[in-house]
Amino acid sequence: MLSDKDRIFKNLYGQLDWSLAGARSRGAWDGAKELVEKGREWIIEEVKASGLRGRGGAGFPTGLKWSFMPKNDPRPSYLVINADESEPGTCKDREIMRHDPHLLIEGCLYAGFAMNAHTCYIYLRGEYIHERIRLQAAVDEAYDAKLIGKNNIHGWDFDVYLHHGAGAYICGEETALLESLEGKKGQPRLKPPFPANAGLWGAPTTVNNVESVAVVPDILRRGAPWFAALGRPNNTGTKLFCISGHVNEPCNVEEEMGIPLRELIEKHAGGVRGGWDNLLAVIPGGSSVPCLPAELCQETPMDFDTLRDLKSGLGTAAVIVIDKSADIIKAIARISYFYKHESCGQCTPCREGTGWMWRVLERMAKGESSPEEIDMLLDVTKQVEGHTICALGDAAAWPIQGLIRHFRHVIEERIESSKKVNTSDLRIMAAE
Amino acid sequence: MTVRFKLDGQEVTAKPGETIWQVAQREGTQIPHLCWLDQPGYRADGNCRACMVEIEGERTLAASCIRHPADGMTVKSAGPRVEASRKMVFELLAADMPARETGPDPEATFWKQADLAGLDHAPRYTGSRPGANGSIPADSIFRDASHPSIAVNLDACIACGLCERACREVQVNDVIGMGFRGHHARPVFDFEDPMGHSTCVACGECVQVCPTGALFEKTLMNGEATQRTIHADKSVDSVCPFCGVGCQTTVQVKDNRIVQVDGRHGPANRGKLCVKGRFGFDYVMHPDRLTKPLIRRDDAPKSSGMKLDFVDRLSVFREATWEEALDCAASGLKQIFDRDGGAAMAGFGSAKGTNEEAYLFQKLIRQGFGTNNVDHCTRLCHASSVAALMEGVGSGAVSAPFTAADDADCIMIIGARPEQNHPVAATYFKQAAKRGTKLIVMDPRRQELMRHASHPVVFKPGTDVALLNAMLNVIISENLHDEQYIQANVSGFHALSEKVKDFTPEAMEPVYGVSADTIRDLARTFARAERSIIFWGMGISQHVHGTDNSRCLIALALVTGHVGRPGTGLHPLRGQNNVQGASDAGLIPMVFPDYQPVEDPDIRARYEDAWGRPLDPRKGLTVVEIVNAIHYGQIRGMYILGENPAMSDPDQSHARAALAKLEHLVVQDIFLTETAWHADVILPASSQAEKLGTYTNSNRQVQIGRPALTPPGEARQDWELIVELARRIGLDWSYKDVPDVYAEMSALMPSLNHIGWDRIEREGSVTYPAGADDRPGSEIIFYDGFPTSDGRGKLVPADLLPPDELPDEDYPLVLTTGRMLEHWHTGAMTRRSIALNAQEPKAVVSMHPKDIGRMGFSRGQMVKVETRRGGITLTLRADRDVTQGMLFIPFCYGEAPANILTNPQLDPFGKIPEFKFCAARIVSA
Repeated sequence: MLSDKDRIFKNLYGQLDWSLAGARSRGAWDGAKELVEKGREWIIEEVKASGLRGRGGAGFPTGLKWSFMPKNDPRPSYLVINADESEPGTCKDREIMRHDPHLLIEGCLYAGFAMNAHTCYIYLRGEYIHERIRLQAAVDEAYDAKLIGKNNIHGWDFDVYLHHGAGAYICGEETALLESLEGKKGQPRLKPPFPANAGLWGAPTTVNNVESVAVVPDILRRGAPWFAALGRPNNTGTKLFCISGHVNEPCNVEEEMGIPLRELIEKHAGGVRGGWDNLLAVIPGGSSVPCLPAELCQETPMDFDTLRDLKSGLGTAAVIVIDKSADIIKAIARISYFYKHESCGQCTPCREGTGWMWRVLERMAKGESSPEEIDMLLDVTKQVEGHTICALGDAAAWPIQGLIRHFRHVIEERIESSKKVNTSDLRIMAAE
Repeated sequence: MTVRFKLDGQEVTAKPGETIWQVAQREGTQIPHLCWLDQPGYRADGNCRACMVEIEGERTLAASCIRHPADGMTVKSAGPRVEASRKMVFELLAADMPARETGPDPEATFWKQADLAGLDHAPRYTGSRPGANGSIPADSIFRDASHPSIAVNLDACIACGLCERACREVQVNDVIGMGFRGHHARPVFDFEDPMGHSTCVACGECVQVCPTGALFEKTLMNGEATQRTIHADKSVDSVCPFCGVGCQTTVQVKDNRIVQVDGRHGPANRGKLCVKGRFGFDYVMHPDRLTKPLIRRDDAPKSSGMKLDFVDRLSVFREATWEEALDCAASGLKQIFDRDGGAAMAGFGSAKGTNEEAYLFQKLIRQGFGTNNVDHCTRLCHASSVAALMEGVGSGAVSAPFTAADDADCIMIIGARPEQNHPVAATYFKQAAKRGTKLIVMDPRRQELMRHASHPVVFKPGTDVALLNAMLNVIISENLHDEQYIQANVSGFHALSEKVKDFTPEAMEPVYGVSADTIRDLARTFARAERSIIFWGMGISQHVHGTDNSRCLIALALVTGHVGRPGTGLHPLRGQNNVQGASDAGLIPMVFPDYQPVEDPDIRARYEDAWGRPLDPRKGLTVVEIVNAIHYGQIRGMYILGENPAMSDPDQSHARAALAKLEHLVVQDIFLTETAWHADVILPASSQAEKLGTYTNSNRQVQIGRPALTPPGEARQDWELIVELARRIGLDWSYKDVPDVYAEMSALMPSLNHIGWDRIEREGSVTYPAGADDRPGSEIIFYDGFPTSDGRGKLVPADLLPPDELPDEDYPLVLTTGRMLEHWHTGAMTRRSIALNAQEPKAVVSMHPKDIGRMGFSRGQMVKVETRRGGITLTLRADRDVTQGMLFIPFCYGEAPANILTNPQLDPFGKIPEFKFCAARIVSA
């Protein structure tokens, strides 16, 4: 269990002062000028050495990503913060922006400096009204205190702009986010080119998640070895977990990477509703990752590599707990509806496939399908996965693959029992 | 740098910029594709995922249409993974579409590509749209039949976005956008308006590229416009009959009727067409077509002010045999010639006919009647531009094609509305503006193109010289001129700089109503750009000071050295499809073919040798002069081919009275035009779609038009009729076919050296001048000096000359005339096109809404517009393009002919009438 001294987000629950004075009292902005003076190479090396992997879901090493930015490019570089936190089940960035906004702003300065960016855009989810107000207030404080802005005390001119999304999930995809930021319809771009080469307005750009950047000041202050010592090899540091669903006390919590799933749920979320034996499945990383059945949840360490090996994923670490009272087919059908609704409609497999998969699942939930359709559905998910412009296609396919992998028998039983209803029950009804 | 990679086990190389799809295509590997269109101007989008390929080492498949290969890459274009993926794409799309046989177009690209992808069964999935897997119900919410020419059946839409790219990136009309999200994604017009009510200009580019028939030609469909019923049996490669852009076309024919026209990849149009070219083809099949020779009845004598509408033609003319009609036509002319000599004869040829026809026509008049009284409608459009160009740079043709806009840094357009009158040329200007090229658009009327312009300038009508001289003043006083270029190539700089000294922008500001700062900015932008090019139209030429206007433009280009390099030059946008060619072929009273002066004894001797007769040593009369000469009683006999002076000439009552006064008038045309009503003999001729011949467009590109149809009834080929008449007046002409005529003509025209008939036939389009048989012609001319006597360009200063008729108390408004997008010229063709006339069916006068309110009118009411020459009644339209104090009337409406109103006052050099400016008043009708 994470000890308090290793905690990064000391005001995760908002009990303390969020403002600059409060943040400073918790160590924010401390020694920032010295850190900047150590140079951008040092910052990137520290972040690399810390083993920090992107907290937005994909888990790509943050330091490595920063090192992809072209050197000596005549174009301006941009830092863009993805605060369009929309993955169902996920609400960690929200807490950072509400209660510890200065950690993010300070992290932006280091990240921007490290990547030669004088400008940072923070793209907030459309619904995050209060978060925007709070974050803007913190940005204004930082400007007033000359922590950022032109001619600031850190010697690196740095502007931070907030931009509000309009409520589309797809704008959380980094290239759709850039399109939206440029004032266009939020639709993902084809890659390559990647944003590091041609991002915002065609200039070198790095898009980072809020949490990824907000942990950087502590990494730099306390040293990469400290962060790397937490968690497990290749899955280092602390992580914000968002535990929701059928638990007694849903919560956000900062924990060490690799904490066993059962421990996480029981220690922090008051356990599964009706006891551990009442657990049906867990979606460990936000709605897009395949679910894990109860038997795989017990000792599973919550980290990128373990969950990947279990054909699921840590994603955003949004743990959605499903107990036995739930209809797993209906649950996945609802998730499927979400992705169908949020598909941008640009490419065929996603636009057509998400709708089709959802319609089939709705019928399956009622047992109104044939057993052959299960394989057809699986086949379509395989054709959507990896064949779309962005990862939304994958996100729509994976939950269904998880369902069929672990709960195929439930679908088959549903179809079987609905046949019985259709035949014998109807005859009885007719006789009455 | 070339890239080497492995494609399906083969080592292949990619040229710079090539995608995997393009390399595969070159190597003979067909990869299915939908949203990618292998046509110029279309960017790959990679959205349909039909062209996916496997790249070794990558988790996901890649869209080959947009992915560039990298060195050492291993790509698989076939195999179970990619094939399953492609098949599913087609299957998912087909599941939601109408069935192939009952859909909008079974021949659509989609179904051909589905075959290629190997989709060999009906979709296993169920669709969600009303037309899915069956036929489209007439009440489908995705059906939109509001447009006269285009059926929208989004039941068949696959959201590939090609229509959006066609509309926004290729034609740059910005009407179509992809609306909504996810499965609801679909093309929308403007703010999801019905297509017919949107700002769509019906260029039909979207129809041409739609891979499913979701956007499709109504002419090919059933009554509900949901299903294709007509399939062409023949396809002919030709050129468009309308404007001077010279778009190449593919004409689809069924049972001797044109059913569809598509753009072909010509140098001028690169696959594009506009509404007229694509949908205006039906005029050739109109029942009004003349099918039998007609001779005026003895009991129907001509008179001025004859009523033309709703008269039974057989009460005026009687049908005749060809023999009788030709004899009558020829003998009537010959009689006058024998009696009064060549000075009593005149001919109007046409800029709509072929080069061969133009050549034969002027030869007939010159050789047969010994007179140079032969002219055509160039007199009414660019004669003043040509006069100024001949004087300044020694050549009347453009110095660069309009596609040179691609290379320009600054494009200046003045006195032209290319979006209406040269829509395909306008696409290059708009594309350039989107790329960031500076676009200066100057006109007394606002226009859509100004939306794209970096410098939109609206100035007072008739003040062009003041404005352009002020620009020259800034350029010279701020030392922005190109001293070196002037020293080497230009004469008359001193006189010009002296002249423009007084034209400071500050002093001239009240004249044209544009701020001095703006003029300075314009001048600097134009002069400082690395490459600037000037385009102009009738707004420059159709003034009494039209030649002066053009002189100023020439001066702008010469003093800044913006000529003779790629992306620079002078380009008067030609109106008619063959106005360049007809002028080149000598359909001009002052010059033989290739602008050889008739007054030059050496040149004349050459033609006398070639034609075997003494020729008229004096310049002939021009269009308006001929009309006046009829009134004086000098000209008594005329042959008019495909020209409609009763509609196109200024002061129409005067012109029509002249036609009525002629002793003998032979009219050769395809319709009974207003002019033909005044004829003694009418010879039914062939339309452009029925004839073989060459046409020369605005870019100096000689292109070939091929017959798609046979002429209706007894109508005959124009060139044959000219030959028939020539023989009957005693000329020994014997041409065996059109190429034979071309051979004679090109032998006399140095500009056509190295451009043989066979070459045009083979290449489809050849730009003159061409240096060799096997080398492309020069698109840009004046690389080193000018074809003038001293090899230098000549600057001619221009002075202020007000329009001839200024507004006063009685006639307080300025009337200007012109064309509109849907109607061509006098409307003889387009008013008879159902598709085009449906879009602009009524005669209108445009006025600024504030003027309408101020003067107590209401939009849509009938009004009478009057000038000193007459009045017409028509519908009042509110139009913010027209500035306050101005009226605009298109001259295509026979029921309200604008040219009753216009002023026949001529430019002294070009002899062009002042169509663009006269004083008028408006009253309720």
